[in-house]
Amino acid sequence: MSLLYIDDLRVSYGGIEAIKGISITVEKGEIVTLIGANGAGKSTTLRAISGLVPLKSGTITYDGSVISGQSPQKIVSEGICMVPEGRRVFPNLTVQENLRIGAYLRKDDIQPDIDHVYQLFPRLKERSWQLAGTLSGGEQQMLAVGRALMMRPKLLMMDEPSLGLAPLVIRDIFKIIQTLHEEGITILLVEQNANAALRIADSAYVLETGSLGMHGTGKELLDDPRVKEAYLGKARE
Amino acid sequence: MFNQLLPYLLAGVSVGGQYALIAVGYTMVYGILRLINFAHGDVFTAAGFFMVYLMASMPLGVAAPLVILLTVALGFTLERVAYKPLRQAPRMSVMISAIGASYLLQNLMWYVTGGLAKQYPVLPLLSDSVQIGAASTKVVTLVTPVLTVLLVVALQLLIKHTKIGMAMRAVSVDFETSQLMGIKINSVISTTFIIGSALAAVGSMLYFTNYSTVTPTVGAMPGLKAFVAAVFGGIGSIPGAVIGAFIIGICENLIKAAGYTAFSDAFTFALLILVLLFRPTGLFGEKTAEKV
Repeated sequence: MSLLYIDDLRVSYGGIEAIKGISITVEKGEIVTLIGANGAGKSTTLRAISGLVPLKSGTITYDGSVISGQSPQKIVSEGICMVPEGRRVFPNLTVQENLRIGAYLRKDDIQPDIDHVYQLFPRLKERSWQLAGTLSGGEQQMLAVGRALMMRPKLLMMDEPSLGLAPLVIRDIFKIIQTLHEEGITILLVEQNANAALRIADSAYVLETGSLGMHGTGKELLDDPRVKEAYLGKARE
Repeated sequence: MFNQLLPYLLAGVSVGGQYALIAVGYTMVYGILRLINFAHGDVFTAAGFFMVYLMASMPLGVAAPLVILLTVALGFTLERVAYKPLRQAPRMSVMISAIGASYLLQNLMWYVTGGLAKQYPVLPLLSDSVQIGAASTKVVTLVTPVLTVLLVVALQLLIKHTKIGMAMRAVSVDFETSQLMGIKINSVISTTFIIGSALAAVGSMLYFTNYSTVTPTVGAMPGLKAFVAAVFGGIGSIPGAVIGAFIIGICENLIKAAGYTAFSDAFTFALLILVLLFRPTGLFGEKTAEKV
């Protein structure tokens, strides 16, 4: 049984249909990536899964039960956590508070999880008492990932984690994604950086203006001439 | 010289404390909803009436907590009825709803009280006289600043060091991401209204002990001044609102001491205009520049 199954999802914003009936399957333990141009509906798909935007129709099934129509709180508590686009750390909270708030719904001891995040991102430990607003873009991205890990997610959704970051930092972020994958977390990754995303993806979908285009393993799409032309750039070797 | 000024200073600090307790309600709600809750002054007035009616039939020990409870219930209901349904609406709609709620409350109070000024009950202890140096004043004058500072410090500790406080700070910058953390936005907003109303209820007990009569529109002036204090201190900032309130309270009374009583209100509103012209973010206002 797949961990997440999206069946014929439609989402519209005031009459404009942003998602026009897409179906996506995420198997447990996989890295699944959605690639596509700006406005293709990648972020909207993630927002629909996390309960931030209402569905027009379709169902989202997670771990055997339907979660579409539930509140964001309920969905987070089921173990679906999101690293939102643009990082969205709380700038007026310290690094440590940002991590604590990631575990807002938990009532047990969260110190081991904080230690775990600090182990993954030693830079955050150094800046534990700093306000998150003072961090660099890369550090904020690490914090946003760390914050999402605090709920011990089964499914981690990441919306454009490489956006606006230096190439070296992007490499680190993708390394971390693989580390989390090895820890057993299922990852749904939305990226414009198709090249990097496809390299690590077990399964990939191409979204084009609200509809599903190609689908295959990361490697298949990476080698597909149409994907190469549209998303990877011809000059790339 | 000092002996002549002392009563005015005492009155100023005391009035400042009362403004501060109201101002915190304005500033907290603004901090989270970016809304000027125009009905806050009327909630304050309602707290005065609650006390009038309750003290008619029960001792202060029972009436005071009940007043706080009723005021909190009123503030909570106000938010649920007038603001919550407009969560996705443009800010202008919410503001108009706030003005409407303010008039509704005022007119309800006209209806219930018949519009006559009600004598505020004499609260034992608070109304007693006390001699300080050459000045004679009521105990409430001394209690107000102390109680205000204690309450505000407690509130700051709550906001800085508790889980709900952390959630309030998070919600104040980002509704959506807060939801992704599992925070229930509506309960956090309700909590702010509850805290603001409770402080306004305490403020009303202190205020009306000094002014002795309650009418349906009596809250408008202290409400407005508390609002000016919140803007002066930097709206959204709790310490700012408190410091702003004390400064306004003291200045008003020093102006009275100088013999210009008629201008003391004008001073406060002139201050509002000056702040808006030259330092719109107030003393401690948040910088709006954001790193993207």
